[in-house]
Amino acid sequence: MIRTRALTKDFTVGKGRVVQAVRGITLTVEPGELVALLGPNGAGKTTTMRMLTTLLAPTSGTATVAGFDVVADAAEVRRRIGYVGQGNAAGHNQKVRDELYSQGLMYGLRRPDARRRAGELLEALELTDLADRKVSALSGGQRRRLDVAMGLVHAPTDRSGRPFLLFLDEPTTGLDPHNRANLWAHIDRMRRQQEMTVVLTTHYLDEADAMTERVVVVDHGQIIADDTADALKAKLAGDRIMVTALDPGRTAELADLVGKLPGARDVTIIRGTPGNGSEQSTTPVTAANTVQARVDDGPAALPELTIVAHQAGIRIAASQVFGPTLDDVFLNLTGRSLREGGETDATESQS
Amino acid sequence: MSVMSAYGNSMVQRTRSLARDTGIVLARELRPVLADPFSVLFGMVQPLVFLGLFGPLLAGSLGGAVGGNVWSWFVPSIVVMTTLFGTSTTGSNLLFELQTGAHERMLVTPLRRSSLLIGRSLKEMVPLVGQALVIVLVMLPFGFRFDPVGGLLALALLAVFGVGIGSLSYALALAVRKQDWMFWLVQQTLLYPAMILSGMLLPLSAGPGWMQALAKANPLAYVVDAERALFAGEYPASVGWGWLAAGLTAVVGLTVGIRSMVRSAE
Repeated sequence: MIRTRALTKDFTVGKGRVVQAVRGITLTVEPGELVALLGPNGAGKTTTMRMLTTLLAPTSGTATVAGFDVVADAAEVRRRIGYVGQGNAAGHNQKVRDELYSQGLMYGLRRPDARRRAGELLEALELTDLADRKVSALSGGQRRRLDVAMGLVHAPTDRSGRPFLLFLDEPTTGLDPHNRANLWAHIDRMRRQQEMTVVLTTHYLDEADAMTERVVVVDHGQIIADDTADALKAKLAGDRIMVTALDPGRTAELADLVGKLPGARDVTIIRGTPGNGSEQSTTPVTAANTVQARVDDGPAALPELTIVAHQAGIRIAASQVFGPTLDDVFLNLTGRSLREGGETDATESQS
Repeated sequence: MSVMSAYGNSMVQRTRSLARDTGIVLARELRPVLADPFSVLFGMVQPLVFLGLFGPLLAGSLGGAVGGNVWSWFVPSIVVMTTLFGTSTTGSNLLFELQTGAHERMLVTPLRRSSLLIGRSLKEMVPLVGQALVIVLVMLPFGFRFDPVGGLLALALLAVFGVGIGSLSYALALAVRKQDWMFWLVQQTLLYPAMILSGMLLPLSAGPGWMQALAKANPLAYVVDAERALFAGEYPASVGWGWLAAGLTAVVGLTVGIRSMVRSAE
C-alpha cells in the first residue's frame, strides 16, 4: 500500500539555513495494516505524512502510495487516499451536511451519491443531529468526528478490494479522554466494516500502544524502530522497579543491592518526590530517597531484593514495579523521554 | 491526425473537468452567502457611511463642479467602493481556511488547484451585484436616476473588475499566509491611495498635476469613469477604457491568483 525508499525532505529556514526534517525514510505498509508513526514534535512524522499525501514534494527518494508515485501521479494518489490533517477540514461558516456533500463531489461522486454518502457518514459518526449546524458551532470532539467523516467520503463501502488508505495526522490531539475513546471506537468500527489501511501520527504513547498494530518510532527524521508495540517493549525495554529505604541514609547501599539483580541497569537514586512519569500518579513511593532501576523481570526481582536487603539489615519502606511502556522504548533508543516533549522543531508546524 | 484529435479530446476533457471542479468550489463558496443573504450588508457599512455623511457635504460644496445631479456622480462611486471593499478583503476568508485546515484538505482532493481560485473569484460576483442593487434602490427615493441598459452594463463591468480584485486579494492571502497580519497592512495601504487617486470621492480635476498623472496609471480611475457614464446611459470612449482596465485587472488577477494557488501547498 505504501512503499518509500530513502525519502528525505529539507526545509530552508531563514537565510540559507537548511533543516533536514526527514532524512531517509524507507517504509513498507501492507494493505489492511494499522500503523502509528510515533515520535516527539519535530521528529518528521507530519512531514513524512505530508509527502505521502502529495502535499509536499520530497527532496529526494521515492514514495509509491496505493500503487502510484506521489510526485509523478499525484492525482491518482489523491483519488485513493483519505486525509485527516491536524487542523479542521470543514469550513467554519459551512453547514455540516453541506461540507460532507461538497467533499463527496470533490472526489468525483455524482450528486445523488454524494448526498447519500453524506447521510451515511453523518449516521456512522453520530453527527445526524448536527447536520444543519454551522461547523463553527460544533465542539472540538464533534469537529474531529466530522474531519474523520470527510476523510472517508470516497472510501469504498463494500469489500470490493479497491485499495483505500486513510491518513490521520494526530487525530485525537486536544480531545478529552472520553472523546478520544469515542473517536477510536468509530475508527475501529470503520475498519471492521470496510477494508482499509490506516496510517496515523500520534504523540500519545498509550494510544499508539493500545490501538495500533504496528508502531514505527521516528526520531530526527529517521525510523529508529519498527514493530508491534509488544515486541518493541519486550526487545527494547525491561520492567522498571522503584524501591525506597526506610532509612534514607542507607539508600546508597540499597542501590548497590539493586545493581546485583538479574539484568539490572540504569540504577539511579531519585532525590525528592519521584516523578515516575506514568499514569499511576498515586504511587505509594513518595519518600525522599528512592532507587530506580530497570531489570529483566520486575515481579521476580522485588521479592529477591527484599530478602537480600533484609539480610543486610536494610528495611524497605515501599516498592513498586512498572511494566515497560513505549516511552521506555524511546528512552532506551534515544536516551530521551518522549514525555518531556523532546525538542520542538519549527519545521513540524511549518508549511 | 490521430495525434491531433487525441490532443483535442484531452483538451476538451480537461476543460470539462476544470469547469466541473470550478462549479463545485463556486457552489461551496456561495452556500453560506445564499443561506444568509443579509451577510452581504456587513461589508457595506463603510460605503454607506460615505454615502450618508460624505454625499451631502459633496452636494453642498461642489454641486456645480460635477455638473447636474451630484448623486449621478457619487452613487456610481459608492457602488465601485462597495465592490472594492468587498472583493479586496475576501482573501481573509481564504486566510482563515488556510489556518483551520479546510484549504489543506481541498489540496488533497482530486480537484484541480486552479479551480480552487477560479471558483472563489467567480463567487465574488454574487455579493457585489447584490450590494450594488441595494445601493441603487436605497438611493432612488433621494433622486438618483439611471439608465436601465447602461445600469446592467455597469453591473457587468463591475463583476469583471470584482473578479480581478478578488483574485488579487486571494493571491495576497496566499503570499502572506505565514504572517497573516500582513494581509490587512497591505490591503489597507493599497486601498485608500487607489480610491483617492481614482477620483471616486472628489474630482481629481481640482488636484495637482502629479495626482492626475498617477490616476492615469490607476485602473480603478478608468472603471469609476466608465461606471458613471454607463449608469447615465452614455457611451463615450471612457466606457471602452473602463472595460479594458477591468478586463486587464481580471486577467492579471486570475493569472497571479492561479499561480499562487497552485503553489500553495509548499
